[in-house]
Amino acid sequence: MLLQLEDVVLTYGKIEALHGLSLEVAEGEVVALIGANGAGKTSTMRAISGIRGLSSGRIVFDGVDITKRRADQRMRKGLCLVPEGRGVFPGMSVRENLDMGAYTRRDKAAVAKDFERVFDLFPRLSERRKQTAGTLSGGEQQMLAIGRALMSRPKLLLLDEPSMGLAPMLIQQIFTIIAEIAHQGTTILVVEQNAQQALSRADRAYVLETGQIVKTGPGQELLKDPSIREAYLGVA
Amino acid sequence: MSTTLLDRYATARKALADNWANGPIWVKLPIVLALISFCFYLPYLNILPFAQIRTDLGAGGTDWSSVLFLIVIYMIAAVGLNVVIGLAGLLDLGYVGFYALGAYSVALFGSPSSPVTEAIARKFDLSEGWAVPFAACIPIAIAFALVAGVILGAPTLRLRGDYLAIVTMGFGEIIRIILRNSEFTGGPSGVIGIPKPPGPEQDGRDYFNSLDVHRWYWLALIVLILLMFAVRRLEHSRVGRSWLAIREDEDAAAIMGVPAFKFKLWAFAIGAALGAIAGLLFASKQGVVEPNGFRLNLSFLFVAMVVIGGSGNMVGVLIGAFLITYLPERFRGFEQWRPFAFGVALVAVMVLRPQGLVPNRRRAKEFEDRRHEAKEAAADV
Repeated sequence: MLLQLEDVVLTYGKIEALHGLSLEVAEGEVVALIGANGAGKTSTMRAISGIRGLSSGRIVFDGVDITKRRADQRMRKGLCLVPEGRGVFPGMSVRENLDMGAYTRRDKAAVAKDFERVFDLFPRLSERRKQTAGTLSGGEQQMLAIGRALMSRPKLLLLDEPSMGLAPMLIQQIFTIIAEIAHQGTTILVVEQNAQQALSRADRAYVLETGQIVKTGPGQELLKDPSIREAYLGVA
Repeated sequence: MSTTLLDRYATARKALADNWANGPIWVKLPIVLALISFCFYLPYLNILPFAQIRTDLGAGGTDWSSVLFLIVIYMIAAVGLNVVIGLAGLLDLGYVGFYALGAYSVALFGSPSSPVTEAIARKFDLSEGWAVPFAACIPIAIAFALVAGVILGAPTLRLRGDYLAIVTMGFGEIIRIILRNSEFTGGPSGVIGIPKPPGPEQDGRDYFNSLDVHRWYWLALIVLILLMFAVRRLEHSRVGRSWLAIREDEDAAAIMGVPAFKFKLWAFAIGAALGAIAGLLFASKQGVVEPNGFRLNLSFLFVAMVVIGGSGNMVGVLIGAFLITYLPERFRGFEQWRPFAFGVALVAVMVLRPQGLVPNRRRAKEFEDRRHEAKEAAADV
């Protein structure tokens, strides 16, 4: 297993956002985590990436217990998050944002190659490499956030609501690119409200409800599950 | 009317900045050199409306060089504080604490009559009048400031925004109160006999003395230029890039692998060291330090210099330091109006130009984004 969460409990003050959540991601998989607003999707991502510490539980990544590691240390282990709401550096140019993605890397030649790879995936970014990130459109910022994460060559890419606030056309496009990234060999854990897209693209999926996993299975199977169809896909 | 004037200033300034940024080095270098020479010439530039500074020392006399010296000292402090506020984005309201540490380091170790040197002399049976030489006081001051920066930063830099501001403000006061109440720092009356930098004797007097103040000004100016150069180098290095990332979005920076805490601590320590250097020069020229010279309002003045000038922009910060030091000295006659004028000026800048007079390019953008977001949020409601 590349990533294992065991009985993870995460609290904000007195409020418990995750009560004993466990999940696993194997190498090469695309795993989706779906759930309604407030189910704890973003909290899960914060727990995994290390932005928030756990109250109890354990996180094991690539055979190492990273529960007590800081976010930047986890990143150096090969775990990179694309935060909810993009989280690009608004005052930096596209190029500088991507540079930040390669912050921990010393292999200059390979970094230059990865620039090309990112610009191949996102031609729009290539056109705007000198533009300030804060002035990009929502979709472009999302692409930049994903591109920036790819620049770190993560073993596991964490995507927090990549479709949020985007037009349907763009959502389609972003998910196609995510599939392409997975195809190129990066393991992906994606959190989504857009269950249709997430489930149809994922190898496996977890359904999150009020801070706990309530269902798990292959994406296609869950897509057919009547209770899921009713709760998340809006069809009875 | 006022907005059109302001807009005109904004466009003109931006055009100038862009021109400068894109200008070739063989144009820029002579201009910079000419500016520096001009600064060195300033003590002799006796254009009366500018240089006429009323002082209490001589009736009707001017103390132009002393004012110039003070301006440069505050510029050094402002450049240092700019590392903390402008580059790393940490609001430090206790900067005067580091300034005081620098001043007291040279006083306590350099003055033969300070309690510390007396105690050391007694303990090790050294001759009467023994003291640490001036040059050796510089690393001592810097070391003290670095350590104090880390001691203050280590527990507090996990706080964000306003909380950090309040804790640092407390730190500034704690330093002053310790200086005032400890017998090792000379208590409320302070320390006298602070050493001056060595130099060749001239006309039977020390090179650095209280009459030829322009020499002090030159010394401070050289220190300022060297420090500016160093800070500029730092800003464009990997360290500067890490500060920028932390300032723009701390979580995102951590996700990209930036050890935020470590770099914030660095910013604190470097800022502290620069503040200490400013304090050291100030104390050395003054010859005397006393705790009341390091009140909290000096901290606020330092912050105001950075914010009014334009945090993150070295030129802006220098202008801010100049205005806030020079204007009150020039208009000493209106002393009782000073706090009022200062308050009005501060409010006016915050309302009309919140990014500062000469903003940092990225900072200006950050302000614009935030204003845009606020507008959108307001439209949503």
